[in-house]
Amino acid sequence: MNTSALENYILKTADDLLVLGHRHSEWTAFGPVIEEDIAFCSMAQDKVGQAQALYNVLHTTFGYDHPDTLAFLREEGKYTCAQLVELPNGGYDTSLMRHFLFDHAERVRLASLVSCPFEPLANLAKKFKGEVEYHVLHANTWIDQLGNGTEVSKARMQTALDELAPYALGLFEAIEGEQELVEQGVVVSEQDLQAQWQAAIDPILEKAGLAAPDWSSITPVVGGRKGYHSEYLAPLVKEMSEVLVIDTEVEW
Amino acid sequence: MYGGGFIPDDIDKKVPVDQEDPVRLEEFQARIDAGEKIEPHDWMPHEYRRQLIRLIEQHAHSEIIGALPEGTWITRAPGFRRKLSLLAKVQDEVGHAQLLYNAAETLGKPREAMINDLLSGKSKYSNVFNYPAKTWADTAVIAWLIDAAAIVNQTTNAKGSYGPYCRALDRICQEESFHLFYGYESVVTLATGTEQQRAMVQEALTRWWKPIMHFHGPPDTSSVHGNQLERWKVKMASNDAMRQTFLNMYVPKIWELGLTVPDPDLKKNEETGQWEFGDPDWDEFWEVIKGNGPCNHERLQVRRKAEEDGRWVREALMARSGKQVLPLS
Repeated sequence: MNTSALENYILKTADDLLVLGHRHSEWTAFGPVIEEDIAFCSMAQDKVGQAQALYNVLHTTFGYDHPDTLAFLREEGKYTCAQLVELPNGGYDTSLMRHFLFDHAERVRLASLVSCPFEPLANLAKKFKGEVEYHVLHANTWIDQLGNGTEVSKARMQTALDELAPYALGLFEAIEGEQELVEQGVVVSEQDLQAQWQAAIDPILEKAGLAAPDWSSITPVVGGRKGYHSEYLAPLVKEMSEVLVIDTEVEW
Repeated sequence: MYGGGFIPDDIDKKVPVDQEDPVRLEEFQARIDAGEKIEPHDWMPHEYRRQLIRLIEQHAHSEIIGALPEGTWITRAPGFRRKLSLLAKVQDEVGHAQLLYNAAETLGKPREAMINDLLSGKSKYSNVFNYPAKTWADTAVIAWLIDAAAIVNQTTNAKGSYGPYCRALDRICQEESFHLFYGYESVVTLATGTEQQRAMVQEALTRWWKPIMHFHGPPDTSSVHGNQLERWKVKMASNDAMRQTFLNMYVPKIWELGLTVPDPDLKKNEETGQWEFGDPDWDEFWEVIKGNGPCNHERLQVRRKAEEDGRWVREALMARSGKQVLPLS
């Protein structure tokens, strides 16, 4: 098994979850209805908790730093999250659409990892799957509500979809060594995951009255997996570490 | 959970108690004296309904506004353990607002009307949330001592007469007691940590002491609402009594950690068993109530913006109402 590629695979998965969890958490007390404050906060807890568990695998199995150090005290360029999760929340339209696009991707990824021969990852995938089912259910329900709501809500959701589509494709940017991991049956290729993802979301978008993009004609926003990020990640990382950097050697 | 109470024509209209049917009024009081709970469909005096709406609504507003000072620290919380705990805590607070708005709705005032009254400044919320959480240590002090003060208040009110409010409070108190553990443990970590951490938590306690002393309201001599509410078991204990209970329980714990309460006059009178304390600046309390606290403007602006930004979402939901939709997944 190409261990370093596997480590990178776990790291990027964890980074996506941590940063999206951070963005979700920003909705707490700011949602359009109280029920959505609660929902986004709940999903934030799941995402952040999932990230922690994955960092912990890197820590215990591969000798990486403690999850707190790894998650919160790295330089911005060492994060390998996709740029989709870094983008500011924007309005509820953008946040909801991102949540929809991301969670369907996470769902197919987890399904592919359940049979991963690296057991710690397979075990976590089984555990996370149940949580992500709820996230997907939440996203689907709201995409339908707002796509089929008013002219305004429909237009806003379509705009959000069009804006986020190139970033969403960036979720499937391959990491170095992926080919080897795929050949060894450790992971499923990003290309295959993307195909499954499209097959899952297109009908839901259509039912919601939204026009699914012509995915093949879109240029994905990539670079995140190699540490190239949008302007939004550096301030986010600084914010996450604001208290920890006062003294990195102590308990808080 | 709750729904459908009697909807009076005009909740804001004041109907003096002496204009109520004396026989029904007597029966109502007898039920309360016998320890029965009043439920949404039961007859109740107009003034009982009006005061309860006021009380529950303000409590709900306090939960949603109370999420703001701590909420700003979620993204900055030091490490996974604290971040996950704070997320869960603030989520609980928002959930309490939801429970309480539901409980108040059973008395006939819709959530939208309550939120509008919050945004217009007509309806108040707990003064304490008009102060800023300047450092991480402030969140620890809030989670410990503000939540502790709230528990004193809420466990007392949970023995009140209005069923839906009591049931909401029972559940809220269970969650609050977890917050208390979390807050206490955070304060202990800082108080037993480095000099810098200790200084942080002492400064936070000093900053928050005045609002904490204000938490249970002005001394009873100057409280506008009095005996009638106590007879109806809407108000279960005097402000001063609740403040004394709080001081009894928590001052020793604060001192045990070697922290200093910024009131040189604070001491327990062993003869009377009462805590004596210096004037916690009631003039400031009234100024903050009037809207002149450090964060009043900001807090309401944030809520107004959230309300305005979310309008299109709520309109889209209303457009779909009547059509029952099954989740797609």
